[in-house]
Amino acid sequence: MASPPLIELRALGKDYVTEAGLWPALHSVTLSVMAGDYLAIMGPSGSGKSTLMNLLGCLDRPSRGDYLLDGQPVAALSGDALANLRNRAVGFVFQGFNLLPRISLRENVALPLLYARVRREERLARATALLEQVGLAPYADSLPNRISGGQQQRVAIARALINRPRLLLADEPTGNLDSATSGEIMQIFAALNGEGITVVLVTHEPDIAAHARRLVRFRDGRVVEDRPLGSEPC
Amino acid sequence: MLMAMFEEAWRAMRANRLRTFLTMLGMVIGVGAVVLMMAIGQGAQIAVGQSINSMGSNLFIVLSGFHTSSGARSGTGTGSSLTVDDGAAIADLPGVALVAPVAPGVAQVVWGPNNWNASILGTNPDYLAIRGWPLAAGAPFGDSDMRSATRVALIGQTTAENLFGDLDPVGKTIRVKQSPFLIVGVLSPKGQSLDGRDQDDVLIVPLTTAQRALFGAPQPEVVRTLMVQAESEELMAQLEREITALLRQRHHLREDADNDFFLRNLTAVADTAAEATRILSLLLGAIASVSLLVGGIGIMNIMLVSVTERTREIGIRRALGARQSDVLLQFLLEALIIAVVGCLIGLVLGIGGALAVGAAVGIPVVVGLGPILASLLVAAGTGIFFGYYPARKAAQLDPIEALRYQ
Repeated sequence: MASPPLIELRALGKDYVTEAGLWPALHSVTLSVMAGDYLAIMGPSGSGKSTLMNLLGCLDRPSRGDYLLDGQPVAALSGDALANLRNRAVGFVFQGFNLLPRISLRENVALPLLYARVRREERLARATALLEQVGLAPYADSLPNRISGGQQQRVAIARALINRPRLLLADEPTGNLDSATSGEIMQIFAALNGEGITVVLVTHEPDIAAHARRLVRFRDGRVVEDRPLGSEPC
Repeated sequence: MLMAMFEEAWRAMRANRLRTFLTMLGMVIGVGAVVLMMAIGQGAQIAVGQSINSMGSNLFIVLSGFHTSSGARSGTGTGSSLTVDDGAAIADLPGVALVAPVAPGVAQVVWGPNNWNASILGTNPDYLAIRGWPLAAGAPFGDSDMRSATRVALIGQTTAENLFGDLDPVGKTIRVKQSPFLIVGVLSPKGQSLDGRDQDDVLIVPLTTAQRALFGAPQPEVVRTLMVQAESEELMAQLEREITALLRQRHHLREDADNDFFLRNLTAVADTAAEATRILSLLLGAIASVSLLVGGIGIMNIMLVSVTERTREIGIRRALGARQSDVLLQFLLEALIIAVVGCLIGLVLGIGGALAVGAAVGIPVVVGLGPILASLLVAAGTGIFFGYYPARKAAQLDPIEALRYQ
């Protein structure tokens, strides 16, 4: 493939300042993710996977090494430029859904467009269209607490997609859901990946990770396993 | 973008209606108090100014000294030192515009079945000009009336009302101490004097007539008071010295003798009164401003609580692409809206309260555009000043920490 990887990590490290001194959460991670890949990251808690997700999502800066997103080094960017990347290049899906409780589902989905300086009519129109895609158009004007967890996660996915990012980061997206609902969510991820969106998923459930095409296992801030998964997701 | 931010702020405020209202209340009370106090203070200043102007401008009052009898001194005006000739001599000083000798008294005034106890002023035709007191109807008396001591009178509004009711007094003849007096003119209303007397309860007659027919004065030339009007305010200090010197010379006072008269510079008195009212209204404003400050601190307090409460929301917004400046603006706008909306409500209540107080107490109340604009500016400034710290705190939250916050 001629195009550069979407994500390229070179000897990436991250230290946290604790009372006991510097604590390395990530040691030296070198990893490439090609555009269109579907990556599952597993590992026990404290293994550094959340730290990696924060770095990938441009919420945090690395202490060492390089992170190239779409060929562009992220470390040198200003706070506003990072915010811009989070807004346009990356979509976040969280374990706790993280919808704003006091605004309607439509406005929740439209929120990233506010920071992309998109006009109100267009914001709401695009949000409505996406809610239709995830099958929640009838609830567009409801507040988040009126719908189930699985439905909330679908709204959160719609929100992550609204700026048409190339990369979708999902941190334990099924952690708060029962297995049937989890299956629905995983089908959405598979479909999105089929459309060419790169998906990076953190999970500790093997049957969730099995949906991905590639598995990366972390332990103590290091990659200890990196292998392709055989079949297409079932 | 800004519109959307306003919407966001509005929504956040509506979500916490009671808290927003209570925070606003601080501003409402602060601004309301400032506007109310300013309106009343300015009203008082104007009331004092009116009383002062009703005296006439650039005035001296010369009062005759006291009469000493066996070591007991009577009050001012009991002596018999001032004469009409003193007044004529003062009138000849350069810089003196007009002089009116005044002999006051009180008498029962009768017209038909009605009678009334009124102040009587015996004076000359210049008195009205000195006091700046035009006639509402009829004509003034003239110098010929002075010479021949004609029994004519100008009647004040209060006296006219009590004697004649709605009838036109001009041309009617009243009786004062058994003498018939022809009413030739009606004075325009003058209102209260500085000490609260009703200046309209008066009958003004020629000095000569008053001394001979009404007061039965043993020395008709002697008067209680001389009113002296200077040509301009700048001349007053110099004239004060010259009049004193002139009267001392005319009264043959020795170098070491006390004055047998009192010279009052009414402009100075007026200035003092105006200054006192001004300080009072400043003081009221200052006290009211304290409540505005308290309101501002209330905003800061609530905004800090709000930032802590919405830490997670801030984290989510940052993750979705909000810049630090977006978060800062959002919280700053919230503080600003609370302050400005509170200010507007406070203005309405303050102005309403001022008008109500003015109507109830009967003082003039002035609601100027100046204080309204000033309080809007101060409120906006308060919102920004006290909102900035919480907003900056929100903007500087670490997005990862904020997302993790429960």
